Amino acid sequence: MPSLKDLKNRIQSVKNTRKITKAMQMVAAAKLRRAQEAAEQSRPYTERFNAVMAGLAGSVGGSDNAPKLLSGTGSDQTHLLVVMTAERGLCGGFNANISKKAKAKAAELEAAGKTVKILTVGKKGRDAMKRDLGSRFVGHVDLTEVKRVSYPDAQGIAKDILGRFDAGEFDVATIFYAKFVNVVSQTPTAQQIIPFEVPAEAAADVDGSTVYDYEPSEEAVLADLLPRAIATAIFSALLENGASEQGARMSAMDNATRNAGDMIEKLTIQYNRSRQAVITNELIEIISGAEAL
Amino acid sequence: MQFDLVSPERSLASHAATSVSIPGADGDLTVMAGHAPTITTLRPGLLKVEADGKSAEYVVTGGFAEINAEGVTVLAERAVPRSDMTQEHLDEMYQEAENMYKTAKDNWQNEPGPVDDAAKLLGDMVAMGSEIGLSTKQPSL
Repeated sequence: MPSLKDLKNRIQSVKNTRKITKAMQMVAAAKLRRAQEAAEQSRPYTERFNAVMAGLAGSVGGSDNAPKLLSGTGSDQTHLLVVMTAERGLCGGFNANISKKAKAKAAELEAAGKTVKILTVGKKGRDAMKRDLGSRFVGHVDLTEVKRVSYPDAQGIAKDILGRFDAGEFDVATIFYAKFVNVVSQTPTAQQIIPFEVPAEAAADVDGSTVYDYEPSEEAVLADLLPRAIATAIFSALLENGASEQGARMSAMDNATRNAGDMIEKLTIQYNRSRQAVITNELIEIISGAEAL
Repeated sequence: MQFDLVSPERSLASHAATSVSIPGADGDLTVMAGHAPTITTLRPGLLKVEADGKSAEYVVTGGFAEINAEGVTVLAERAVPRSDMTQEHLDEMYQEAENMYKTAKDNWQNEPGPVDDAAKLLGDMVAMGSEIGLSTKQPSL
Protein backbone atom coordinates (compact mmCIF):
# COMPACT_ATOMS: atom_id res chain seq x y z
CA MET A 1 0.00 0.00 0.00
CA PRO A 2 1.68 3.23 -1.11
CA SER A 3 1.73 6.02 1.40
CA LEU A 4 -0.27 9.22 0.95
CA LYS A 5 2.83 11.15 0.00
CA ASP A 6 3.79 8.58 -2.64
CA LEU A 7 0.33 8.81 -4.15
CA LYS A 8 0.45 12.56 -4.19
CA ASN A 9 3.80 12.53 -5.95
CA ARG A 10 2.53 10.02 -8.45
CA ILE A 11 -0.51 12.13 -9.25
CA GLN A 12 1.68 15.17 -9.73
CA SER A 13 3.99 13.29 -12.07
CA VAL A 14 1.11 12.00 -14.21
CA LYS A 15 -0.27 15.53 -14.34
CA ASN A 16 3.06 16.78 -15.64
CA THR A 17 3.10 14.06 -18.26
CA ARG A 18 -0.38 15.05 -19.31
CA LYS A 19 0.74 18.64 -19.74
CA ILE A 20 3.56 17.52 -22.00
CA THR A 21 1.44 15.23 -24.15
CA LYS A 22 -1.22 17.92 -24.42
CA ALA A 23 1.37 20.43 -25.58
CA MET A 24 2.79 17.95 -28.08
CA GLN A 25 -0.69 17.31 -29.41
CA MET A 26 -1.24 21.02 -29.97
CA VAL A 27 2.12 21.45 -31.65
CA ALA A 28 1.35 18.47 -33.90
CA ALA A 29 -2.03 19.97 -34.77
CA ALA A 30 -0.41 23.23 -35.84
CA LYS A 31 2.28 21.42 -37.81
CA LEU A 32 -0.32 19.18 -39.39
CA ARG A 33 -2.15 22.18 -40.75
CA ARG A 34 1.05 23.52 -42.26
CA ALA A 35 1.95 20.11 -43.70
CA GLN A 36 -1.49 19.76 -45.21
CA GLU A 37 -1.24 23.21 -46.75
CA ALA A 38 2.12 22.33 -48.27
CA ALA A 39 0.66 19.11 -49.69
CA GLU A 40 -2.32 21.04 -51.01
CA GLN A 41 -0.12 23.61 -52.75
CA SER A 42 2.01 21.03 -54.48
CA ARG A 43 -1.02 19.25 -55.87
CA PRO A 44 -1.55 21.37 -59.04
CA TYR A 45 2.04 20.73 -60.10
CA THR A 46 1.89 17.00 -59.43
CA GLU A 47 -1.44 16.59 -61.16
CA ARG A 48 -0.47 18.47 -64.33
CA PHE A 49 2.87 16.74 -64.40
CA ASN A 50 1.37 13.30 -64.11
CA ALA A 51 -1.24 14.09 -66.73
CA VAL A 52 1.46 15.04 -69.25
CA MET A 53 3.58 12.05 -68.26
CA ALA A 54 0.61 9.75 -68.74
CA GLY A 55 0.06 11.08 -72.25
CA LEU A 56 3.75 10.78 -73.14
CA ALA A 57 4.25 7.36 -71.59
CA GLY A 58 1.21 6.12 -73.48
CA SER A 59 2.58 7.14 -76.87
CA VAL A 60 6.32 6.53 -76.46
CA GLY A 61 6.28 3.80 -73.83
CA GLY A 62 5.57 0.95 -76.22
CA SER A 63 8.46 1.62 -78.58
CA ASP A 64 11.76 -0.25 -78.38
CA ASN A 65 13.94 2.77 -77.76
CA ALA A 66 11.91 4.01 -74.81
CA PRO A 67 14.18 5.33 -72.02
CA LYS A 68 15.29 2.77 -69.46
CA LEU A 69 13.65 4.73 -66.66
CA LEU A 70 10.31 3.97 -68.28
CA SER A 71 10.78 0.53 -69.80
CA GLY A 72 13.14 -0.92 -67.18
CA THR A 73 16.49 -2.62 -67.61
CA GLY A 74 14.87 -5.82 -68.85
CA SER A 75 15.53 -7.61 -65.60
CA ASP A 76 14.06 -7.43 -62.11
CA GLN A 77 16.80 -9.17 -60.18
CA THR A 78 17.87 -6.35 -57.89
CA HIS A 79 15.33 -4.27 -56.01
CA LEU A 80 15.97 -1.02 -54.24
CA LEU A 81 13.55 -0.28 -51.43
CA VAL A 82 13.45 3.37 -50.42
CA VAL A 83 11.97 3.46 -46.95
CA MET A 84 10.76 6.92 -46.01
CA THR A 85 9.96 7.46 -42.35
CA ALA A 86 10.05 10.25 -39.81
CA GLU A 87 13.12 11.57 -38.04
CA ARG A 88 11.35 11.48 -34.69
CA GLY A 89 9.29 9.02 -32.73
CA LEU A 90 6.28 9.44 -30.42
CA CYS A 91 3.87 9.28 -33.33
CA GLY A 92 1.98 6.06 -32.71
CA GLY A 93 2.39 3.31 -35.25
CA PHE A 94 3.48 5.62 -38.06
CA ASN A 95 7.13 4.57 -38.35
CA ALA A 96 6.44 0.96 -37.40
CA ASN A 97 3.75 0.55 -40.05
CA ILE A 98 5.97 1.78 -42.86
CA SER A 99 8.93 -0.35 -41.78
CA LYS A 100 6.67 -3.37 -41.39
CA LYS A 101 5.40 -2.97 -44.92
CA ALA A 102 8.94 -2.62 -46.28
CA LYS A 103 10.14 -5.61 -44.26
CA ALA A 104 7.32 -7.77 -45.61
CA LYS A 105 8.21 -6.73 -49.16
CA ALA A 106 11.90 -7.46 -48.56
CA ALA A 107 11.09 -10.91 -47.17
CA GLU A 108 8.82 -11.64 -50.12
CA LEU A 109 11.47 -10.58 -52.64
CA GLU A 110 14.21 -12.55 -50.96
CA ALA A 111 12.01 -15.63 -50.82
CA ALA A 112 11.67 -15.27 -54.60
CA GLY A 113 15.46 -15.24 -54.93
CA LYS A 114 15.84 -11.52 -55.67
CA THR A 115 18.51 -9.25 -54.29
CA VAL A 116 17.28 -6.50 -51.98
CA LYS A 117 18.99 -3.19 -51.34
CA ILE A 118 17.62 -0.65 -48.92
CA LEU A 119 17.95 3.11 -48.86
CA THR A 120 16.49 4.74 -45.78
CA VAL A 121 15.16 8.27 -45.55
CA GLY A 122 14.55 9.28 -41.96
CA LYS A 123 16.24 7.99 -38.84
CA LYS A 124 13.37 5.98 -37.38
CA GLY A 125 13.06 3.62 -40.33
CA ARG A 126 16.77 2.98 -40.30
CA ASP A 127 16.70 2.13 -36.61
CA ALA A 128 13.71 -0.15 -37.00
CA MET A 129 15.17 -2.15 -39.87
CA LYS A 130 18.81 -2.22 -38.83
CA ARG A 131 18.62 -5.45 -36.85
CA ASP A 132 16.97 -7.67 -39.45
CA LEU A 133 18.05 -6.05 -42.69
CA GLY A 134 21.10 -3.99 -41.74
CA SER A 135 23.31 -5.89 -44.20
CA ARG A 136 21.13 -4.72 -47.12
CA PHE A 137 21.54 -1.02 -46.37
CA VAL A 138 23.20 0.91 -49.16
CA GLY A 139 22.62 4.43 -47.92
CA HIS A 140 20.76 6.81 -45.69
CA VAL A 141 19.34 10.25 -46.29
CA ASP A 142 19.36 12.45 -43.23
CA LEU A 143 16.61 15.05 -43.03
CA THR A 144 17.09 15.92 -39.35
CA GLU A 145 18.15 19.45 -40.20
CA VAL A 146 15.24 20.02 -42.56
CA LYS A 147 12.38 21.91 -40.95
CA ARG A 148 10.15 22.15 -43.98
CA VAL A 149 10.53 19.68 -46.79
CA SER A 150 11.30 21.55 -49.98
CA TYR A 151 11.61 20.42 -53.56
CA PRO A 152 15.44 20.53 -53.57
CA ASP A 153 15.39 17.92 -50.77
CA ALA A 154 13.38 15.61 -53.00
CA GLN A 155 15.69 16.41 -55.92
CA GLY A 156 18.67 15.41 -53.80
CA ILE A 157 17.13 12.03 -53.01
CA ALA A 158 16.12 11.54 -56.64
CA LYS A 159 19.64 12.38 -57.79
CA ASP A 160 21.07 9.82 -55.39
CA ILE A 161 18.67 7.13 -56.65
CA LEU A 162 19.22 7.99 -60.33
CA GLY A 163 22.99 7.91 -59.83
CA ARG A 164 22.71 4.41 -58.45
CA PHE A 165 20.43 3.42 -61.33
CA ASP A 166 22.88 4.74 -63.92
CA ALA A 167 25.65 2.82 -62.19
CA GLY A 168 23.58 -0.34 -62.63
CA GLU A 169 23.16 -0.94 -58.90
CA PHE A 170 19.51 -2.01 -59.16
CA ASP A 171 16.71 -2.71 -61.64
CA VAL A 172 13.55 -1.77 -59.78
CA ALA A 173 13.02 0.95 -57.18
CA THR A 174 10.05 1.21 -54.85
CA ILE A 175 9.32 3.93 -52.33
CA PHE A 176 7.54 3.25 -49.04
CA TYR A 177 5.66 6.01 -47.29
CA ALA A 178 2.36 6.64 -45.54
CA LYS A 179 -0.45 8.18 -47.49
CA PHE A 180 -2.44 10.70 -45.48
CA VAL A 181 -6.12 9.73 -45.39
CA ASN A 182 -7.20 11.66 -42.32
CA VAL A 183 -5.95 12.43 -38.84
CA VAL A 184 -6.70 8.97 -37.48
CA SER A 185 -5.77 6.93 -40.51
CA GLN A 186 -2.63 6.83 -42.62
CA THR A 187 -2.09 4.03 -45.09
CA PRO A 188 1.42 2.69 -45.57
CA THR A 189 1.94 2.63 -49.32
CA ALA A 190 4.46 1.11 -51.71
CA GLN A 191 4.91 2.90 -55.03
CA GLN A 192 7.20 1.81 -57.81
CA ILE A 193 9.20 4.72 -59.23
CA ILE A 194 11.71 2.93 -61.48
CA PRO A 195 10.65 1.81 -64.03
CA PHE A 196 8.33 4.76 -63.80
CA GLU A 197 4.67 3.91 -63.45
CA VAL A 198 2.10 6.57 -64.15
CA PRO A 199 -0.34 6.82 -61.22
CA ALA A 200 -3.61 5.15 -62.17
CA GLU A 201 -5.79 8.21 -61.61
CA ALA A 202 -3.60 10.31 -63.95
CA ALA A 203 -3.65 7.61 -66.63
CA ALA A 204 -7.43 7.52 -66.48
CA ASP A 205 -7.62 11.29 -67.01
CA VAL A 206 -5.72 11.31 -70.27
CA ASP A 207 -7.69 13.21 -72.81
CA GLY A 208 -6.91 11.78 -76.20
CA SER A 209 -8.66 14.51 -78.15
CA THR A 210 -5.79 17.03 -78.09
CA VAL A 211 -2.79 16.13 -80.23
CA TYR A 212 0.28 17.94 -78.99
CA ASP A 213 3.37 19.06 -80.84
CA TYR A 214 6.47 18.21 -78.89
CA GLU A 215 9.54 20.42 -78.81
CA PRO A 216 12.33 19.36 -79.29
CA SER A 217 10.79 15.88 -79.85
CA GLU A 218 8.55 13.48 -78.05
CA GLU A 219 11.49 11.29 -77.01
CA ALA A 220 13.59 14.26 -75.88
CA VAL A 221 10.75 15.67 -73.80
CA LEU A 222 10.17 12.31 -72.21
CA ALA A 223 13.86 11.82 -71.46
CA ASP A 224 13.97 15.28 -69.88
CA LEU A 225 10.85 14.79 -67.82
CA LEU A 226 11.41 11.27 -66.47
CA PRO A 227 14.06 12.21 -63.87
CA ARG A 228 11.86 15.14 -62.87
CA ALA A 229 8.87 12.82 -62.59
CA ILE A 230 10.80 10.69 -60.13
CA ALA A 231 11.75 13.76 -58.11
CA THR A 232 8.10 14.84 -58.17
CA ALA A 233 6.94 11.42 -56.96
CA ILE A 234 9.45 11.55 -54.12
CA PHE A 235 8.46 15.11 -53.26
CA SER A 236 4.79 14.28 -52.98
CA ALA A 237 5.64 11.17 -50.95
CA LEU A 238 7.68 13.34 -48.58
CA LEU A 239 4.79 15.76 -48.21
CA GLU A 240 2.25 12.98 -47.64
CA ASN A 241 4.62 11.50 -45.09
CA GLY A 242 4.96 14.84 -43.34
CA ALA A 243 1.22 15.23 -43.01
CA SER A 244 0.81 11.60 -41.95
CA GLU A 245 3.50 11.90 -39.31
CA GLN A 246 1.88 14.93 -37.71
CA GLY A 247 -1.57 13.34 -37.95
CA ALA A 248 -0.32 10.14 -36.33
CA ARG A 249 1.46 12.10 -33.63
CA MET A 250 -1.62 14.17 -32.97
CA SER A 251 -3.88 11.17 -32.43
CA ALA A 252 -1.21 9.32 -30.44
CA MET A 253 -0.77 12.31 -28.15
CA ASP A 254 -4.52 12.74 -27.87
CA ASN A 255 -4.75 9.14 -26.66
CA ALA A 256 -1.88 9.67 -24.25
CA THR A 257 -3.55 12.78 -22.83
CA ARG A 258 -6.79 10.91 -22.35
CA ASN A 259 -5.04 7.95 -20.70
CA ALA A 260 -3.22 10.31 -18.35
CA GLY A 261 -6.58 11.86 -17.44
CA ASP A 262 -8.06 8.44 -16.65
CA MET A 263 -5.03 7.57 -14.59
CA ILE A 264 -5.24 10.79 -12.61
CA GLU A 265 -8.87 10.05 -11.85
CA LYS A 266 -8.08 6.56 -10.60
CA LEU A 267 -5.15 7.74 -8.53
CA THR A 268 -7.19 10.56 -7.02
CA ILE A 269 -9.88 8.12 -5.92
CA GLN A 270 -7.22 5.89 -4.41
CA TYR A 271 -5.66 8.89 -2.71
CA ASN A 272 -8.94 10.05 -1.22
CA ARG A 273 -9.81 6.56 -0.05
CA SER A 274 -6.52 6.06 1.74
CA ARG A 275 -6.74 9.55 3.23
CA GLN A 276 -10.19 8.64 4.57
CA ALA A 277 -8.82 5.35 5.90
CA VAL A 278 -6.05 7.18 7.75
CA ILE A 279 -8.56 9.60 9.31
CA THR A 280 -10.87 6.76 10.32
CA ASN A 281 -7.95 4.91 11.83
CA GLU A 282 -6.90 7.94 13.85
CA LEU A 283 -10.46 8.46 15.11
CA ILE A 284 -10.72 4.82 16.15
CA GLU A 285 -7.45 5.15 18.03
CA ILE A 286 -8.61 8.29 19.85
CA ILE A 287 -12.00 6.81 20.75
CA SER A 288 -10.60 3.52 21.94
CA GLY A 289 -7.96 5.41 23.89
CA ALA A 290 -10.68 7.49 25.58
CA GLU A 291 -12.73 4.39 26.35
CA ALA A 292 -9.79 2.70 27.97
CA LEU A 293 -9.50 5.50 30.53
CA MET B 1 -6.25 32.88 -72.57
CA GLN B 2 -5.56 31.38 -69.19
CA PHE B 3 -2.02 31.48 -67.81
CA ASP B 4 -0.79 29.28 -64.95
CA LEU B 5 2.68 29.17 -63.48
CA VAL B 6 3.22 26.41 -60.97
CA SER B 7 6.29 25.26 -59.11
CA PRO B 8 6.36 22.07 -57.03
CA GLU B 9 5.93 24.04 -53.84
CA ARG B 10 3.18 26.41 -54.82
CA SER B 11 1.25 28.00 -57.61
CA LEU B 12 2.81 31.37 -58.47
CA ALA B 13 0.34 32.83 -60.90
CA SER B 14 -3.02 31.99 -62.34
CA HIS B 15 -4.79 34.63 -64.38
CA ALA B 16 -5.80 35.63 -67.88
CA ALA B 17 -3.03 36.79 -70.18
CA THR B 18 -2.78 38.16 -73.69
CA SER B 19 0.63 36.76 -74.52
CA VAL B 20 3.27 34.63 -72.85
CA SER B 21 6.91 34.35 -73.96
CA ILE B 22 8.43 31.04 -73.01
CA PRO B 23 12.15 30.18 -73.01
CA GLY B 24 11.78 26.84 -74.80
CA ALA B 25 14.57 24.32 -75.12
CA ASP B 26 14.72 24.92 -78.87
CA GLY B 27 14.37 28.69 -78.63
CA ASP B 28 11.99 31.30 -77.31
CA LEU B 29 8.37 31.15 -78.33
CA THR B 30 5.54 33.54 -77.73
CA VAL B 31 2.11 32.12 -77.14
CA MET B 32 -1.10 34.00 -77.88
CA ALA B 33 -4.65 32.77 -77.89
CA GLY B 34 -5.23 30.03 -80.47
CA HIS B 35 -1.70 28.64 -80.44
CA ALA B 36 -1.35 25.05 -81.61
CA PRO B 37 -1.26 22.52 -78.76
CA THR B 38 2.40 22.11 -77.85
CA ILE B 39 4.50 20.69 -75.06
CA THR B 40 7.99 22.09 -74.82
CA THR B 41 10.75 21.69 -72.26
CA LEU B 42 12.23 24.83 -70.74
CA ARG B 43 15.76 26.09 -70.64
CA PRO B 44 16.79 28.48 -67.86
CA GLY B 45 15.56 31.89 -68.87
CA LEU B 46 12.99 34.63 -68.55
CA LEU B 47 9.29 33.99 -68.84
CA LYS B 48 7.40 37.12 -69.88
CA VAL B 49 3.67 37.47 -69.37
CA GLU B 50 1.54 40.27 -70.83
CA ALA B 51 -1.85 40.82 -69.23
CA ASP B 52 -4.06 43.93 -69.41
CA GLY B 53 -1.19 46.05 -70.65
CA LYS B 54 0.89 45.05 -67.66
CA SER B 55 3.78 42.69 -67.97
CA ALA B 56 5.33 40.37 -65.44
CA GLU B 57 8.59 38.49 -65.67
CA TYR B 58 9.71 35.33 -63.95
CA VAL B 59 13.02 33.54 -63.91
CA VAL B 60 12.39 29.86 -64.56
CA THR B 61 14.65 26.84 -64.71
CA GLY B 62 13.87 23.26 -65.67
CA GLY B 63 10.42 21.95 -66.40
CA PHE B 64 8.03 22.27 -69.27
CA ALA B 65 5.18 24.30 -70.70
CA GLU B 66 1.93 22.86 -71.92
CA ILE B 67 0.00 24.89 -74.46
CA ASN B 68 -3.53 23.90 -75.38
CA ALA B 69 -6.83 25.47 -76.37
CA GLU B 70 -7.55 26.71 -72.85
CA GLY B 71 -4.24 28.41 -72.31
CA VAL B 72 -0.69 27.94 -71.10
CA THR B 73 0.48 26.01 -68.10
CA VAL B 74 4.13 26.39 -67.17
CA LEU B 75 5.50 23.84 -64.74
CA ALA B 76 8.89 25.03 -63.58
CA GLU B 77 11.06 23.31 -61.02
CA ARG B 78 12.15 26.69 -59.86
CA ALA B 79 10.33 29.93 -60.59
CA VAL B 80 11.20 33.30 -59.06
CA PRO B 81 9.60 36.65 -59.91
CA ARG B 82 12.27 38.75 -61.57
CA SER B 83 12.04 41.46 -58.92
CA ASP B 84 12.90 38.88 -56.23
CA MET B 85 15.88 37.61 -58.16
CA THR B 86 19.14 38.42 -56.42
CA GLN B 87 22.78 37.80 -57.11
CA GLU B 88 22.78 35.06 -54.44
CA HIS B 89 19.95 33.25 -56.20
CA LEU B 90 21.80 33.36 -59.46
CA ASP B 91 25.09 32.31 -57.91
CA GLU B 92 23.37 29.35 -56.32
CA MET B 93 21.78 28.30 -59.60
CA TYR B 94 25.03 28.81 -61.44
CA GLN B 95 26.90 26.75 -58.89
CA GLU B 96 24.39 23.94 -59.30
CA ALA B 97 24.76 23.95 -63.08
CA GLU B 98 28.52 24.02 -62.78
CA ASN B 99 28.52 21.04 -60.43
CA MET B 100 26.27 19.17 -62.84
CA TYR B 101 28.69 19.90 -65.65
CA LYS B 102 31.62 18.67 -63.61
CA THR B 103 29.94 15.42 -62.59
CA ALA B 104 28.76 14.86 -66.15
CA LYS B 105 32.32 15.30 -67.36
CA ASP B 106 33.59 12.78 -64.82
CA ASN B 107 30.85 10.22 -65.33
CA TRP B 108 30.54 10.22 -69.11
CA GLN B 109 34.08 10.50 -70.35
CA ASN B 110 33.46 8.73 -73.62
CA GLU B 111 29.98 9.99 -74.37
CA PRO B 112 29.63 13.61 -75.37
CA GLY B 113 25.79 13.68 -75.07
CA PRO B 114 25.26 14.34 -71.35
CA VAL B 115 28.36 16.55 -71.13
CA ASP B 116 27.11 18.75 -73.95
CA ASP B 117 23.70 18.97 -72.31
CA ALA B 118 25.27 20.10 -69.05
CA ALA B 119 27.49 22.59 -70.87
CA LYS B 120 24.44 24.00 -72.63
CA LEU B 121 22.65 24.36 -69.31
CA LEU B 122 25.62 26.23 -67.92
CA GLY B 123 25.71 28.47 -70.98
CA ASP B 124 21.99 29.14 -70.63
CA MET B 125 22.53 30.20 -67.02
CA VAL B 126 25.16 32.72 -68.06
CA ALA B 127 22.94 34.05 -70.84
CA MET B 128 20.04 34.37 -68.44
CA GLY B 129 22.25 36.19 -65.95
CA SER B 130 23.29 38.79 -68.47
CA GLU B 131 19.70 39.15 -69.69
CA ILE B 132 18.48 40.16 -66.25
CA GLY B 133 21.51 42.34 -65.62
CA LEU B 134 23.30 40.18 -63.10
CA SER B 135 26.73 38.78 -63.73
CA THR B 136 28.02 35.26 -63.41
CA LYS B 137 31.55 34.02 -63.52
CA GLN B 138 32.62 33.01 -66.98
CA PRO B 139 32.22 29.25 -67.28
CA SER B 140 35.43 27.30 -67.52
CA LEU B 141 34.31 24.85 -70.15
